[in-house]
Amino acid sequence: MRPEASVRPVVPQARHFGDEASRQDAAHVGMWVFLASEVMLFTALFTAYALYRYAYPDAFHQGRAYMDVGLGTLNTYVLVTSSILVALAITSVRAGRDMRAGMFLLGAWVLGVGFLCIKGMEYAHHAHDGALPGAWYDFDDFAVPGASLFFTLYWVMTGIHAIHVLVGLGVLSTLVVRALSGRFSAAYHTPLELGGMYWHLVDIVWLFLWPLLYLA
Amino acid sequence: MSFEAAEPAMPREHYLNAQRGAWSWLTTHDHKRIGVMFLGALLCTFLLGGVFALALRLELLTPGETVMGRLAYNRSFTLHGVIMVWLFLIPSIPTSFGNFLLPLMIGARDVAFPRLNLASFYLFLLGAVMTVWAILQGGVDTGWTFYTPYSTATGTDVLPVLMGVFVVGFSTILSGLNFITTVHTMRAPGMGWMRMPIFVWTLYGTSIIQVLATPVLGMVLLLVALERVAGVGLFDPARGGDPLLYQHLFWFYSHPAVYIMILPGMGVISESVSAFCRKNPSSYRVLVWSTVGIAFVGFLTWGHHMFVSGQSVLGSGTFSILSMLVAIFTALKIFTWTSTMYRGSIWMSAPFTYVLGFIFLLFFGGMSGVAVAVTSADLHWHDTYFVVAHFHFIMVGASLMAFLAALHYWFPKMFGRCYPEGLGVGTAVLIIFGFIATFLPQFLLGNMGMPRRYADYPEHFQSLHVASTAGASLLGFGFLIIAAYLGWSLRHGRVAGRNPWGSRGYEWHSDSPPPESNFHAPPDFPYRPHDYSRPDTQPEVGHAA
Repeated sequence: MRPEASVRPVVPQARHFGDEASRQDAAHVGMWVFLASEVMLFTALFTAYALYRYAYPDAFHQGRAYMDVGLGTLNTYVLVTSSILVALAITSVRAGRDMRAGMFLLGAWVLGVGFLCIKGMEYAHHAHDGALPGAWYDFDDFAVPGASLFFTLYWVMTGIHAIHVLVGLGVLSTLVVRALSGRFSAAYHTPLELGGMYWHLVDIVWLFLWPLLYLA
Repeated sequence: MSFEAAEPAMPREHYLNAQRGAWSWLTTHDHKRIGVMFLGALLCTFLLGGVFALALRLELLTPGETVMGRLAYNRSFTLHGVIMVWLFLIPSIPTSFGNFLLPLMIGARDVAFPRLNLASFYLFLLGAVMTVWAILQGGVDTGWTFYTPYSTATGTDVLPVLMGVFVVGFSTILSGLNFITTVHTMRAPGMGWMRMPIFVWTLYGTSIIQVLATPVLGMVLLLVALERVAGVGLFDPARGGDPLLYQHLFWFYSHPAVYIMILPGMGVISESVSAFCRKNPSSYRVLVWSTVGIAFVGFLTWGHHMFVSGQSVLGSGTFSILSMLVAIFTALKIFTWTSTMYRGSIWMSAPFTYVLGFIFLLFFGGMSGVAVAVTSADLHWHDTYFVVAHFHFIMVGASLMAFLAALHYWFPKMFGRCYPEGLGVGTAVLIIFGFIATFLPQFLLGNMGMPRRYADYPEHFQSLHVASTAGASLLGFGFLIIAAYLGWSLRHGRVAGRNPWGSRGYEWHSDSPPPESNFHAPPDFPYRPHDYSRPDTQPEVGHAA
């Protein structure tokens, strides 16, 4: 941690705002509104899940029983831990210790990659069993009506979540570089906070997907 | 009303000439330039949609095949709908006039995220190009609603259109996000919520709908795309899926989308009614809270599109009543506008002519909306020309009238020049007459049982179809006149001066056209918006030609 990191001048981006504080306010409001729209994106999928679970209760129960609860739960811990690391990074940078913040962010990034690797293992396993979505569904042991819909929703929901994880990893990697090169300070760390909010959303969405898709 | 003595001068430097060259436009972060670019793009899509409309009306001039075959007809009405709804009506007023005026009206130098604003424009262009590319590929025949299971089974190339609309949806979300943030964080010091101009209020309500509803549309379009590519089966009954899920998710967005089209229009009308009657709105609060009410209730009405889909009687009844609530909020607005006109000092300008057209079409279209919200009546009119006429009156009539009112009212603000007022009023009358002549016969056709989306019809419908096509031709002719005189005025119109209408709207505090950063000094709005009760300190009225 370098002491000069916290005394860097505030980034002069407040051009069309009265001051830097209102610019940061606007950034936060904008991010909250964006997260609201992201929640609505997943709401469509949750609606579909509710409808088909109501229509095919048995298939959905058996589908969840087939899932590997161990891996799903491990992934939950991985993602929640990485979310905590991001929160710790923000606390560190507020205290002016951006080297430590960078390390926390790096840890969060590694855990994010770990999440995708575990997810990939699961996907490979499902593909091997033939539990693929829609027309490709070929899982002979598990052919009750509605089973293919359960797996379709599983792939679509976790797939779109995984895309969000990928985007989040991109965001985290720029934050790591910026934190380690001392671009943030106690006075200026808005991008870190916004990126953190996004990562928390990714985490929270998973906290809904996990019980819906794994816990029978 | 005092008239200025000398010819007003054009401000020496303004946003149009502050930087020069095409590159300065394409990379600009200035909300005014982005608004103007949006306006240009929207006029192009409107022209394209209009060409398809005229082609359809020509085909329907006589029974049997007139100018095109059945498949070409299906593709034409799809592209007419897709272009008009997704590429013109939904983005029209917010992205062009909203972008241009929102910061001016709240005394800000720009929107909150100028780069995002430009990105939103390019996303719109990309989506529009993808959609038009689909036309060149041979077209799509699903109708603008992309109903499953047809849209997943048809042999035409639906994917590029789905993706085009998906991308345009991103543009909509980003614009809405930008506007909400701007309104929350960038109002001039002292401007509380109840001192915002009404147009700003309506843009705010619209943005909330855009941000909350568009992601649902994006997801459902993605699912249809997956259904086509991978056969995921969510909407396919053969795989246990339910096509009605598509309708629920689609209309959860697309019914509120009607209010995305109409709320900004209502804002334009509220602004111009006050300006051209020289009177305060008879209730600012009613205009504000009815805006919020429409934005809210709009989310609860989607099921009225599904009365004949087999949903439960309880469901239909609930959606029927909720749909009627919208009429109450709309009526509040109409009463407020008419009572604002009462004993006002009315100036029959071109924008005000469009205001009158708007109120008539909104009232007529709205009342026919209450009629189709009645479940038993809807069974008779469902999927007939009655519905076509109803939604054209509301969506097109009202938002188009508001768009034209806005175009004429703010033309001097945007370009610093006036247009020939007499020609403007005459064309407005022609447009309103043409519109009514086009769609009034369609109410009658629908009531007689003519189904929508059909290329052919029995002979006894022909006279009404001829009337409708004649009206459409008048309408097209009217647009050509507007294009001609506004194009002429851009260069040769009389210089407008700061405030040619003598309006008390906040946006007129700035020069016309405004300087690059909107104001030369931090703006100070000493009176409430639309306050015509106090004497004018800057009389600059001299527009009437």
